[in-house]
Amino acid sequence: MMNFKPDSRPPGENTTQAPPAPPAPPAVQAENLTVVRGPRTVLRTLDFTVPRGQITGLLGPSGCGKSTLMRSIVGTQDKVTGTLDVLGRPAGHPALRTRIGYVTQAPSVYDDLTIRQNLDYFAAILDPGRAAADRRHENVTRAIADVDLTTHADALAGNLSGGQRNRVSLAVALLGTPELLVLDEPTVGLDPVLRRDLWNLFHDIAAARGATLLISSHVMDEAERCHRLLLMREGEILADATPEALRTRTGADTVETAFLHLVDAATETARTKETPTKKTPTKKTSTKKTSAKEAPTKEAPTKEAPTKEAPTKKTPTKETPTKETSR
Amino acid sequence: MTTTTPTTTGTTTPTAPAPAPAPTTSALSLSRTTATAARVLRQLRHDPRTIALLVLIPCVMLFLLRYVFDGSPRTFDNIGASLLGIFPLITMFLVTSIATLRERTSGTLERLLAMPLGKGDLIAGYALAFGTLAIIQSALATGLAVWFLDLDVTGSPWLLLLVALLDALLGTALGLFVSAFAASEFQAVQFMPAVIFPQLLLCGLFAPRDTMHPALEAVSDVLPMSYAVDGMNEVLTHTDMTATFVRDVLIVGGCAFLVLCLGAATLRRRTA
Repeated sequence: MMNFKPDSRPPGENTTQAPPAPPAPPAVQAENLTVVRGPRTVLRTLDFTVPRGQITGLLGPSGCGKSTLMRSIVGTQDKVTGTLDVLGRPAGHPALRTRIGYVTQAPSVYDDLTIRQNLDYFAAILDPGRAAADRRHENVTRAIADVDLTTHADALAGNLSGGQRNRVSLAVALLGTPELLVLDEPTVGLDPVLRRDLWNLFHDIAAARGATLLISSHVMDEAERCHRLLLMREGEILADATPEALRTRTGADTVETAFLHLVDAATETARTKETPTKKTPTKKTSTKKTSAKEAPTKEAPTKEAPTKEAPTKKTPTKETPTKETSR
Repeated sequence: MTTTTPTTTGTTTPTAPAPAPAPTTSALSLSRTTATAARVLRQLRHDPRTIALLVLIPCVMLFLLRYVFDGSPRTFDNIGASLLGIFPLITMFLVTSIATLRERTSGTLERLLAMPLGKGDLIAGYALAFGTLAIIQSALATGLAVWFLDLDVTGSPWLLLLVALLDALLGTALGLFVSAFAASEFQAVQFMPAVIFPQLLLCGLFAPRDTMHPALEAVSDVLPMSYAVDGMNEVLTHTDMTATFVRDVLIVGGCAFLVLCLGAATLRRRTA
């Protein structure tokens, strides 16, 4: 997977990511992943991988298990069965705690501390000791700048707007050098300008640091900005592909339409207990293929980065048809 | 730095920041503990009203008590000394149970436990922060009682302070423990009468413990507040540290430590 890194990556910084073992395992690898919460099975025998150095979008309606999946990956979810390896170690391994940045859906910051005090504290947990004080200060200042809150650095978190508090929470995850960033709906409730800026930041982080980002969202237009997508519905993964491949396969103009296609198909399969689903979307593809190709021009500026890279990653795309047939 | 589109979110591009050294995940790290204590105190500093209430209420109560028992100073000595041990326990119980409940419900606890923070670091950080606060609270209350309200202490006021500090730690420990069983602030506050009041009734404040029904006396023998009050009374009546005082101090301190460990056990890295 390392061969398919975006070209925009500065050559010198590749080394930061490459661990000693040449075939680095994927950032996340799940086999038979099942999570039970109370009486409900929230995730049902999931198999998927999240490639390194890319932005993987986790999409699906609310309540489909996105947050549970993310909590499983960071190791805060109980009753996880199956195999779940994160950065080459089982999820929740103590050694992973400095290597993963995690942002919960609700901003988890101290309302009665200022932005800087919040970050100072979390930085001291990640990188303790008096000797590291200067490095911490630098990292905190940079993280605040990354989320565009420098002018508010000394404001109490409790006095900020919802979107601003979300960004403080995000800044905490940007402290240090997380190899994997797990962001649960980081752009919810933000205005379009800020959303664009944050997505640019996410792409910069992936490109410059070689970090892996797993970002959940239920806003489908954000899907276009990811390198890869995992579409979820009711605890199952409907599709695992690049946005481009997804659109092509379903013959839809947008990921949103593609998703709806897949949901309808899945519902139909569940109803008939047969598998005509595989054919329905592919037939439509032939008729709509042209429109799928035209579509990108509409939003070209915003999704420039992913579309450029999407065609270069052919191997992962191939996995998707097999996924579909197995259903 | 990179060829990607420049962000308007900040002047800095996310160049790889200074790398942190290899993670240390020992059970207890001094710097993480002090960082946690500093953070808890910093949070309190943004809430001056709470600090004022914490520090002033015991003083006001003692003042009130002094003039309630205006006619019998001996009663004031007894009850006043006991209260010097009970106040820190109650206030720290309340403050800690709410503070940790907020930590649990706001998601910060989940975030901290996903970070390289030991459970012991968090608990010790809280104990350190509220212990500091308790020293200030008890010092003021003790000073007021001894020097201005003529509380007649035979022993050293420092020993009073020591018992008060241990009581505060016990309160912190109980609050931390109990917050695991409270789903909301309403429930957390209701644990106060549930956990503290029985101890208050049985600790010997209202009636000497040996005059109670034998069953209740047996119960009071296993409640830590009984020893806190007993320790205070030892200081009140003896010039030196008696064996009973040492026993009382050890029991209260031991209970605080035990409950702190129980509290640590209620912090789960993985939750449903």
